[in-house]
Amino acid sequence: MPKLLLRGKRLSGLLLGLLLGLASPNRAWAQSKYMTRAGHISFFSASIMEDIEARNDKAAAVFDLGTGQVAFSVPIHEFQFKRTLMQEHFNENYMESEKYPKATFTGQLLNAAQLLKQLHTATQTVEVEGNLTMHGVTHKAIVTGTLQLRDGQLVVFAYFNIAPADFSIDIPLLVREHIAKSVSVRINLTCDAVTPALVAQP
Amino acid sequence: MKKTTTTWGRAVKLGLLLAVGATSAAHAQADLLGQLEQDTKKNAPSQLVDATFKSTRLINGHTVQTPGEGTLVFLISHRIGPFNSGSYEFFGLDQARIRIALEYAVTDRFEVGVGRSSLNKVVDGFLKYKALQQSTGTHAMPVSVTLFSSAAITTLRYDDGRDHTLPLRTAYTYQALLARKFSSNLSLQLMPTLIHRNLVMNEGENNDIYALGGGGRYKLSKRFSLNAEYYYVLSKYTADHYTNAVALGVDIETGGHIFQLNLTNSPGMIEKQFIGETSNKVFDGGIYFGFNINRNFTVKQRQRKI
Repeated sequence: MPKLLLRGKRLSGLLLGLLLGLASPNRAWAQSKYMTRAGHISFFSASIMEDIEARNDKAAAVFDLGTGQVAFSVPIHEFQFKRTLMQEHFNENYMESEKYPKATFTGQLLNAAQLLKQLHTATQTVEVEGNLTMHGVTHKAIVTGTLQLRDGQLVVFAYFNIAPADFSIDIPLLVREHIAKSVSVRINLTCDAVTPALVAQP
Repeated sequence: MKKTTTTWGRAVKLGLLLAVGATSAAHAQADLLGQLEQDTKKNAPSQLVDATFKSTRLINGHTVQTPGEGTLVFLISHRIGPFNSGSYEFFGLDQARIRIALEYAVTDRFEVGVGRSSLNKVVDGFLKYKALQQSTGTHAMPVSVTLFSSAAITTLRYDDGRDHTLPLRTAYTYQALLARKFSSNLSLQLMPTLIHRNLVMNEGENNDIYALGGGGRYKLSKRFSLNAEYYYVLSKYTADHYTNAVALGVDIETGGHIFQLNLTNSPGMIEKQFIGETSNKVFDGGIYFGFNINRNFTVKQRQRKI
């Protein structure tokens, strides 16, 4: 009789373990995920003729701290310029935003495991290696930035340069002096932790 | 017996744990971007369709386009011809007509404009309001609709002994411009038009002219498009005594300028003239070569949204 009881206990323990085993990786994966749909991305082109600046507040990004995976999706049409004509030309002539509505980036944090251990204590300078797709062209890119955990949110900064020519963005001779060969891009995100319920949504 | 069960149980537990962990991790890696895009797509707001046409003019007439807020457009138009006027008139060059105009966009939807035509010394002023804008997304709008109204005053000196008061010198135009950008290359437009003239010069001529215009553009490259425009006059007297205005042209865009080169049977560049007073027949060589030069200036920069 006591033997049977013991076995019962063990069985229930096994079942509990199984259930936990099923649940825990999912939970860990979900909690380590941070996401935003209102990230700020701006770019700046400086030339002798004029400075061009635009900003976008609709950048979507997700960081999976469990795996070190990073993904960005930026709607090109949402870049706001001070000059409306520039904005029209940007969409119509340069980025062809109807044909290529989004710029995307998928990448992997380098030295992820070590960095993420220290992330809870201090801001970390990180490097992300991945593929940047824009205007239908994909290029390998390594971007340096910082990650910081602040009040349960993941704060991300990054600054890097892009050459329009690398992404077959054709600039006519007449305005070649107006647009920089290398355009600087600034990223500023505040990502919220993703709750399991949100992840489960298809 | 007890021992083997436990070991077996542990193995199963470990196996399951590994399997679940592995699939979810793989799922996360492969699908991170997909999930992100799906989420953003689901929350996609309706998006306005911009740049249905390059200029505020199709050729002679207006397009649904209004310039962005704070933009001043300086527009110089010429019509040279007709070709059938012969060598004495240097095939029309001696009779070149000009219209100089300024347009200013008060908001992204509303613009005002003034112009002066050398033909009959007409001064015109217009208001243009983008009532509906084509959009995509959840509450998609299939067409753009712009309302246009103008007043044109003839400042010509008359010596026919009549008293040409200001009201008698004035004509009004009302248009509802409907356009749809079918693709980034193809846009088509319909222009129902009413022109009211306070004074008409001939017996039996209507004060009101109804007309239906149709036109469109096809972009051959990013900065070059082919345009066509035709106005069909519905009012009987005008249809019997005048010809319908037809025009073919190209748009060439170079940064802040748009050059529009065209061939048309109309010397006038405002609605009351090209719809109501065109008398040249294309097939008799009554063709004018013309151009519009659009120069855009940003007078007021848009306030930055933060």
